[in-house]
Amino acid sequence: MKNITKVYPNGVVANRDVTFEVNTGEIHALSGENGAGKTTLMKILFGEEKPTSGSILIGGKEVDIRNPQDALGLGIGMVHQHFMLVPSLTVTENVILGIEKRKGLGIDYRSAEKLVGDMGRKYNMYLDPKTKVRDLSVGQKQKLEILKILIRGARILILDEPTAVLTPQETGELFAELKNLRDQGFTIIFISHKLDEIRELCDRITIIRHGETKGVFGLEGITDEELSQRMIGRDVQLTVEKPECRRGGAVLSAKEVVVSGDGDKPLLDRISFTLHSGEILGIAGVEGNGQSQLVDAITGIGPYDGGEILFSDSTIRQGDIRRIRKSGMGYIPEDRMTLGISPSLSVTENMIADKIDDPRFFSKGGFIDNGGIDAFSRQMIDDYAILCQNGDVSISSLSGGNIQKVVLAREMSSNPKLIIANQPTRGVDVGATEFIRRKLVAMRDSGCAVLLVSSDLNELLGLSDRLLVMYGGRFAACFSSLAGVDGQTLGRYMLGLDKQDEDEISRSAM
Amino acid sequence: MNTKSINRLIDSMKLLIVVVIACLLVSVIILCVSNEPGNAISSFFLGPFTSLRRIGNILEGAVPLIFTALAVTLIFRAGQFSMISEGSFFIGITGAMMVGIALPLPSVVHPIVALLTAGIFGAIAAAIPAFLKLKWQASEVVTSIMLNYIIQFFALYLVNYHFREPEASSLASLKIAESAELPVIVSGTKVHLGLLIALLCCVLLWFYIFKTRQGFRIRLVGDNPNFSSYVGIKSALVMVGAQILAGFVAGLGGGVEFLGMYTRFKWTSSPGYGWTGIAVALLARRNPILVPFAAIFIAYLEVGSGIMARSSDVSAEVVDIIQGVIMLMIAADALLQGWKQRLIVKNATEGGRA
Repeated sequence: MKNITKVYPNGVVANRDVTFEVNTGEIHALSGENGAGKTTLMKILFGEEKPTSGSILIGGKEVDIRNPQDALGLGIGMVHQHFMLVPSLTVTENVILGIEKRKGLGIDYRSAEKLVGDMGRKYNMYLDPKTKVRDLSVGQKQKLEILKILIRGARILILDEPTAVLTPQETGELFAELKNLRDQGFTIIFISHKLDEIRELCDRITIIRHGETKGVFGLEGITDEELSQRMIGRDVQLTVEKPECRRGGAVLSAKEVVVSGDGDKPLLDRISFTLHSGEILGIAGVEGNGQSQLVDAITGIGPYDGGEILFSDSTIRQGDIRRIRKSGMGYIPEDRMTLGISPSLSVTENMIADKIDDPRFFSKGGFIDNGGIDAFSRQMIDDYAILCQNGDVSISSLSGGNIQKVVLAREMSSNPKLIIANQPTRGVDVGATEFIRRKLVAMRDSGCAVLLVSSDLNELLGLSDRLLVMYGGRFAACFSSLAGVDGQTLGRYMLGLDKQDEDEISRSAM
Repeated sequence: MNTKSINRLIDSMKLLIVVVIACLLVSVIILCVSNEPGNAISSFFLGPFTSLRRIGNILEGAVPLIFTALAVTLIFRAGQFSMISEGSFFIGITGAMMVGIALPLPSVVHPIVALLTAGIFGAIAAAIPAFLKLKWQASEVVTSIMLNYIIQFFALYLVNYHFREPEASSLASLKIAESAELPVIVSGTKVHLGLLIALLCCVLLWFYIFKTRQGFRIRLVGDNPNFSSYVGIKSALVMVGAQILAGFVAGLGGGVEFLGMYTRFKWTSSPGYGWTGIAVALLARRNPILVPFAAIFIAYLEVGSGIMARSSDVSAEVVDIIQGVIMLMIAADALLQGWKQRLIVKNATEGGRA
């Protein structure tokens, strides 16, 4: 890819004169902070975005890629960060969707199933062709995505942060499969910003920063410090300094909470724990083990069918969000684009959205007080180092990290007693990640209780004072102290391979 | 130039282009169908300005459109797509007629009571699809359109069986009391007090949407109802509230139109201002302050078409076609997208990083 420039309709320059080169049969890392333009560059290669200028050459020949069909025709396939599968269909049906072979009036399922099985065995990624996709684990879904593009004839595979949703064990498996593919002559582009993974897997690395290439390196001759310096332009302290935990009284307590869901098995099965002021309680777990239901129930967004959740001495009920917020709960949601912001309103309006009863912003008669709002907005933009021209710009024009800072500013400026942080640093660049983690620790030091749900084990291990592990709607483990706990240990609990004694869990969860 | 001013530039250019294309289209169609195109075109474009009375016609024509467009604006701002402004407008007419005929009141009080009744009737009509959605998730698009028919025939029933002028051969109501009529404010035309009420409503609604707490709630709910619920707003209630207020505005418009322009109820079907109001609201980019301009433009086209139909061989239906095309163009957001992109690219690559 030569001299690629991409400017989005909202004025964001995602790529500026980027040149990117991959050799056949290598695993090439594409790395950089979030919002650096990695995904955009790959979407251009896969035909999902049109470059504003620049050209793409494959095997020395200039090609014109207008859509994913063109890309697949040229042997380029992409696995997105978020899977693109139909949960109610089987493995085979997902694979052949759009390329079905006909047999008479119907679809030739038998040969398709055979093909899926054979391809799976050939590349060491076997999946039962008849399983429904909704019954697959995250790791298996990823295999399916890869299989899907292999069967469509891809020789160049683009993987966009494939390990973000995987446990350490699954990651190991994925890496073995990828190395196997490389040895069979496939070319793999691996988008990631996890240096240890890149080292383990890749041969060379291209670094992008602020939409520009910062160089191509062989991974042998370069140290981690040099790499991270190139990625973010300065040294980032990835562990946050944390003073001793000063635990206070109970702020939030859950007693035997049950969420039934639609299936036979409850999504949350008699969960009990207590969260105290001045502590960070981490919740680990592979996604889909009840964390979202728990967070929804606590924040009043979702239902719970049994047990009780007490916050500041009153019971939490679904839909009672206004009262819950009033009594001091802040919530940083997992999916900030659909829950955390109002996309076409301004940065300022997003920051005051939860404070419409605040007399600083709305006078007694219900009229907007622009002076108060502007002062507050400027203060927040300063305090949270939000990168924007001013508070009046549309929030959608900000990068992911800055949008998250706006969410953080809003939630933390309402004097919360409790903050629910669900994946607070997912998809956020390293600089903002560090900032957000520091803020969470600062809130805890000032006596706020923090419930941290995260899939980033380093984040959980670095920030939590206590740590719960969820598996299958229950707690599989609870660590009152994190000394000696590492990612591998957590991984075993997260996958249900190990389980602590029930009594021990309930004692330390209180 | 920042992104915001680029957006504003593109928006105003878009508007201008829509207007210019509309006018060109009128001319082309006239050239195709007319034997005396010169006369037709000039009576279409210049006709409306040839006398004070005709200029007055434009303003009178704009008044009902302003009200229905404001109602549509409010509903759209709350993220809803209720088409009830048509029905609310018509039931508003009916309400004003009932008070105008049946309640003997002194002159200043009479129109006020009649207009309030019109507004309340409109609000009640608009509340029905809103509550159906709140309670049973019935699509407000469908229920409001169907309700429009119910309202139309209900109103005709009332006129036919309870307020009908027995002497008249065609359907017409009794004459309303003179004390209920809205006074003419420009002599030599029929421009009535309703124009000022309409303009006042524009200012009030602009203020309401952009400067008050409830307006802020409506904008939050309309933009992302998940988010507004998450910050503790009862999104469903805000949606209902916005629709009821919109119904009040549309109903008020019906009352104003009736008391300002008519002495008897003579409609045999719903007049369609609610539908045209959608085009006006979109043309005004859902901004109440721009609504009068959009309404006057549409009214100008209508007056022009009427004059052309009378003084040349082109029929007025042609203009309905043109209005349809204008609506399509307003809805076509991609217009000028290429130019906008180039400006933004230029702006961004010249180092204006946000």
